[in-house]
Amino acid sequence: MSFRIFHALLFIATALVLSGCNKATNNDTNAAGELIVRIGSAAPLTGNQAHIGKDNESGTRMAIDDANAKGLIIGGRKVHFELISEDDQADPKTATIVAQKLVDDKVNGVIGHLNSGTTIPASKIYNDNGIVQISPSATAVNYTAQGFKTAFRVMANDAQQGRVLGEYAAKNLGAKKIAVIDDRTAYGQGLADEFIKAAQAAGAQIVTHEYTNDKAVDFTAVLTAVKGKQPDLLFYGGMDPQSGPMAKQIKALALNVKFMTGDGGYTPEYIKLAGDAAEGSYASLPGVPLSKMPGGKEFETRFVARYQPIQLYAPYCYDAVNVMIAAMQKADSVDPAKYLPELARISLDGVTAKIQFDAKGDLQGGAITMYQVQQGKWQALETLGATH
Amino acid sequence: MQNALKNPRLLLWLMFAALVLLPFITDALLGRGWVRIVDFAMLYIMLALGLNIVVGYAGLLDLGYIAFFAVGAYCYALTGSPHLALAFPTLFPDGIHLSFLIVLPLAALLAGGFGVLLGAPTLRLRGDYLAIVTLGFGEIIRIFLNNLNAPLNLTNGPQGISRIDPISVAGVSLNSTQNILGITLPSVHLYFYLFLACTALVVLISHRLERSRIGRAWMAIREDEIAATAMGINTRNLKLLAFAMGAMFGGMSGALFAGFQGFVSPESFSLMESVMVLCMVVLGGMGNITGVILGGIVLALLPEILRHSVVPIQQSLFGKTLIDPESLRMLLFGFALIVVMLYRPAGLWPSRLRRRELQTDEAAETI
Amino acid sequence: MNIFLQQIVNGLVQGSVYALVALGYTMVYGILGLINFAHGEVVMVGAMLSLSSLGLLLGWDVSPLLALPLSVIIAMVGCMALGYGIERVAYRPLRHAPRLAPLITAIGISILLQNLAMMIWGRGYHPFPVLFANTTHSFAGAIISDVQIAIVVLAVLIMAGLMTVVHHTRLGRSMRAVAENQHAAQLMGVDINRVISLTFMLGSALAAIAGLMVSANYGLAHYYMGFLLGLKAFTAAVLGGIGNLRGAMLGGLLLGLIESLGAGYIGDLTGGFLGSNYQDVFAFFVLIAVLVFRPSGLLGERIAERA
Repeated sequence: MSFRIFHALLFIATALVLSGCNKATNNDTNAAGELIVRIGSAAPLTGNQAHIGKDNESGTRMAIDDANAKGLIIGGRKVHFELISEDDQADPKTATIVAQKLVDDKVNGVIGHLNSGTTIPASKIYNDNGIVQISPSATAVNYTAQGFKTAFRVMANDAQQGRVLGEYAAKNLGAKKIAVIDDRTAYGQGLADEFIKAAQAAGAQIVTHEYTNDKAVDFTAVLTAVKGKQPDLLFYGGMDPQSGPMAKQIKALALNVKFMTGDGGYTPEYIKLAGDAAEGSYASLPGVPLSKMPGGKEFETRFVARYQPIQLYAPYCYDAVNVMIAAMQKADSVDPAKYLPELARISLDGVTAKIQFDAKGDLQGGAITMYQVQQGKWQALETLGATH
Repeated sequence: MQNALKNPRLLLWLMFAALVLLPFITDALLGRGWVRIVDFAMLYIMLALGLNIVVGYAGLLDLGYIAFFAVGAYCYALTGSPHLALAFPTLFPDGIHLSFLIVLPLAALLAGGFGVLLGAPTLRLRGDYLAIVTLGFGEIIRIFLNNLNAPLNLTNGPQGISRIDPISVAGVSLNSTQNILGITLPSVHLYFYLFLACTALVVLISHRLERSRIGRAWMAIREDEIAATAMGINTRNLKLLAFAMGAMFGGMSGALFAGFQGFVSPESFSLMESVMVLCMVVLGGMGNITGVILGGIVLALLPEILRHSVVPIQQSLFGKTLIDPESLRMLLFGFALIVVMLYRPAGLWPSRLRRRELQTDEAAETI
Repeated sequence: MNIFLQQIVNGLVQGSVYALVALGYTMVYGILGLINFAHGEVVMVGAMLSLSSLGLLLGWDVSPLLALPLSVIIAMVGCMALGYGIERVAYRPLRHAPRLAPLITAIGISILLQNLAMMIWGRGYHPFPVLFANTTHSFAGAIISDVQIAIVVLAVLIMAGLMTVVHHTRLGRSMRAVAENQHAAQLMGVDINRVISLTFMLGSALAAIAGLMVSANYGLAHYYMGFLLGLKAFTAAVLGGIGNLRGAMLGGLLLGLIESLGAGYIGDLTGGFLGSNYQDVFAFFVLIAVLVFRPSGLLGERIAERA
């Protein structure tokens, strides 16, 4: 064996032991004698969704700092919340590695993951280890349909949101011929399929269903195909890096349609990328506008001052942490097994909505708000209650 | 060290003992998360060994290798989950739930079939043309998996297939903690032993192939295809065999992956994964089993080691975290790839033959 | 009919971008027989550099008419330096190594550049500033914008310029000599290292222009944008016959056309069974079909069979 290899192996071994030597326990205290409560955050922090992942992490971090500032006492002890943030690279395999790491780090709860494709495999590990998981943004119906008691989300699922969007397009906007494009991701496809069902049920006709992918920037070919079918509304299931340029190209191709997306399009980034082509487009966002919720406006001001404009899910992460901590307070315990029942029947005014879970862990009676870009800004149009 | 090396049997037993104890040692020293990481490393080693047959032995550059992993994974997912009930409600009201011992060879054979399918149209292509066609093949498979939820819901599209049965061997489910002979074996440990056994099988087959007539014929093709043909080697069949063999290992690894994860979706089979496996083969030392295993271990563990050590190292050096760990982690990973190749262009542990070539004729350029 | 014409226009614009990037792949391949996997990342750096410098210049109230060419020059110079650096660090030491070794360093460089760019420019998407009113023109029902016309015209001009350089200058002759036979070229007094460095710099300068074009046309730049573009351009280069300049141009345009026609008509062709989700499958099938009948691409020379 050559010496270089030997040295490399030695280095690896040292690094491993170094990283493993401070093992966490359930009863760690910090220098001030406070009980450490660890909250995990898992989201892609590298790759092409990194900007949204970082936004999630910031929302979680702010909620944790807020809770620490309050100096909470749980189970008779002063507690100190600590954030453990991990990068799951939006990759299902890495997600399970991250999940297992968070379990090893003895987290008391997890806020994450961002994508459905990572949330689902990770939820199995959290469930096996009895760790409470609240996803701020996974929308796949499947996530809470697995029968895991530990899985919650503070976001409407695809079925809830797609239904509202489809009905809004057909009824409120009076669209008769609708074209749909989706980005073939779990999120975009799931939302688009539910949208189609609802729009058809409400009497609209789907004239074409085209596809793109979540890395594309050129949509002229599919948009031209859409143009040939002469729809009066175009729905896109996907995120802002695509919907922004898409709006631009819709305008450039003189495609005369109303443009509509789901929550993935409701971002400041969308308006930045689409420029003046953003004017008039529609998007939905689960929950009530921040300005209408107690503390919502104040949250936004503080968040923007501290980080950057809210990208997308930061308020949901903030809410997720807050309901988790509220459940801990109610149960007077940070043990997941003890506060889980409290979480299941919690009712709390978050910054995005009133948060209550149904039996599966989905958001109950999730309100969904429609927005439109007016004068270069997202303006709330109306909040539609999704009835169960 | 010298004495142990002189006694190969003793060395073998020592290695065996170390491997059997590995999950326990890892668990005690580093935590259970690392056992899972080691499990994934085993899957990657199987993949790298499979690709080594195609790239290392036969010299065919394959950039779409992950497709076979995908075929194996979906084979297990479809035959081991309730999903097919959606597509064929009358035929399979609960889906198919085949035993793992049937599915594993089935997945390998199916992937092998796809290997021949890929091999057939590419026989005339060489070098980089072959690379782009195999890349295309990998993408085609992924796109089909991603879109075959309509008109017939075969793969559930981008949503992926969840609720896949955990692997169970001889009635023992590997998904829950088991007590065997008074030893508590958590799920990740059980999977480790299964993966270890499969990896050992792959190593054994690779080793036997390397020394066989077939292996020598592959290497002859790699070194000089025309000369190989002139020597009476049936290059067409042997190339197809290389693709098929490599694909079978990939399919096997894929089936194990699906059972281990309990969930598969097309995003696990992106081009970047193919590239990563290729990096393992080349970085470790093409054509050399030990080297390839080393490459698999290093590249599967490195990102995780960096994940765990970037923050503590920065803290101990500067007293605070200067650069956020995620950016630095992948940065260092890229850096490591470059540095290793610059200092060991033939890989960390090249095959003896390759080393000799490099010393005698620098300009000889072979794959 | 105007829909069909529009798809042709879409394909030509997209294809011109592919062609420009493909030229960079093909030049390096022609000389070194090496796939420069990091080329897509150079395009990304070019886009980012031009965007940043444009922002700075506009911030200093430089007129857009002056700021645009200045930022192009800054991006070109930056990318040339980067291309030179990549070759020196990652490829030159491995010139006599096994052929796959530089492939791995290229992948390493690619990951490195992506993450460096993420650290420098952040995780967000950068919108491209609106410099001029991007008016659109309508020809027989097909719509094309000023930027798109500029892209196609520039691509053709650059191609013509490159052909002149390669066939009618001293540097071009040295490049062709090195491509033919490195040892012989060296014996004839060609400074191989210099020629290879210059080739990389030339390819990187083209990448900078391509990066600017892409971000101007689509209105955004992002540290991840190079990957897919590089992949598509590499495909285009192989389709046309890698190592052949005209081939890169042809391959790029063809790939653009195949993609847009595929996305537009695949549904009608298969009676609605396959849709635009199979656009890439369609493109790869065409590629495979071409390579099965012409194993060295459309314009690739039939290299004598040698191992």
